[in-house]
Amino acid sequence: MLDWLRMGGYGFYVWSSYGMLALAIVVELFALRQRRRTAQRRADELRAEQPLRPAHFRGNSE
Amino acid sequence: MTTFARFWYRYASPASFYPLAGRLTPLFAVIAVLLAAAGLYVAFFVAPTDWQQGEAYRIIYIHVPAAWMAMFIYLVIAFWSAISLAFNTRLSAMMAQALAPTGAMWAFVALWTGAFWGRPTWGAYWVWDARLTSTLILLFLYLGYIALRASIDDPRRADRAAALLALVGAINVPIIYFSVRWWNTLHQGATISMTAAPKMAQTMLTGMLLLTFAAWAYTIAVALYRVRSIIVEREAASGWMSRLAADSRGQSDDASASGAMAR
Repeated sequence: MLDWLRMGGYGFYVWSSYGMLALAIVVELFALRQRRRTAQRRADELRAEQPLRPAHFRGNSE
Repeated sequence: MTTFARFWYRYASPASFYPLAGRLTPLFAVIAVLLAAAGLYVAFFVAPTDWQQGEAYRIIYIHVPAAWMAMFIYLVIAFWSAISLAFNTRLSAMMAQALAPTGAMWAFVALWTGAFWGRPTWGAYWVWDARLTSTLILLFLYLGYIALRASIDDPRRADRAAALLALVGAINVPIIYFSVRWWNTLHQGATISMTAAPKMAQTMLTGMLLLTFAAWAYTIAVALYRVRSIIVEREAASGWMSRLAADSRGQSDDASASGAMAR
């Protein structure tokens, strides 16, 4: 096992590469979740400020 | 109107694409995990040691997919940008916006893994080689694209400015791809091409392709998840989203608007 981790003397390079990919993915997934939460919170606040308009005004504003 | 055209018209609308993206995200996430597990298994336990580079060559299993993704995602962004400029469609601009951070991530990973492969193999982490330099420019184009979007408050204006940058920057992608042929580079030429038999062992190719498809599935899952956040950011005030939130409140008193949007 330890021998395998050593990667024939190239362990530092191999694991630095794979480790950075793993870190990049973790950071991206964390950022994704944060963005989602912020967006939902802002949307909830916006709706609390502006109650739903009557049905016939509800078309898309664009 | 043909069925094909009707499909595109229907899902060009954020209101109908939003729930579809929500259903597809977990599907692609599962595919990505399975392919990555299989690919890593082949890369570390099945594929033999390279006779010339030793175990250091195992870095290419993530370096090559990362570099491919970085280039390809940029072209996809340019494609959606062109569509959004030509037809003034909101969702295509949102897709371009959703892909940019992941493209930047892959460009960074391609450069990083390349450096850690180059040190033991070439003797240097970095050289100002045409392929490396043009890939660094690709990373800067991604960062510039994201920064430009972030600097413009009006999302529709940001769409147009960013689309223009994406289209102009797309010229860099063929430069990266052909750099190893056009210039005398330290970076090696293409090992895998569409027109010739790959110059590598079958198991090595299998591992690399599995990880490439894993990177694809990951990118699709992440982009779909991100585009849903972007839709919420940009369309929260619109009628369909308020109705979505109101419907869920009607079904259950506890359900928050966020609960509705999680669908």
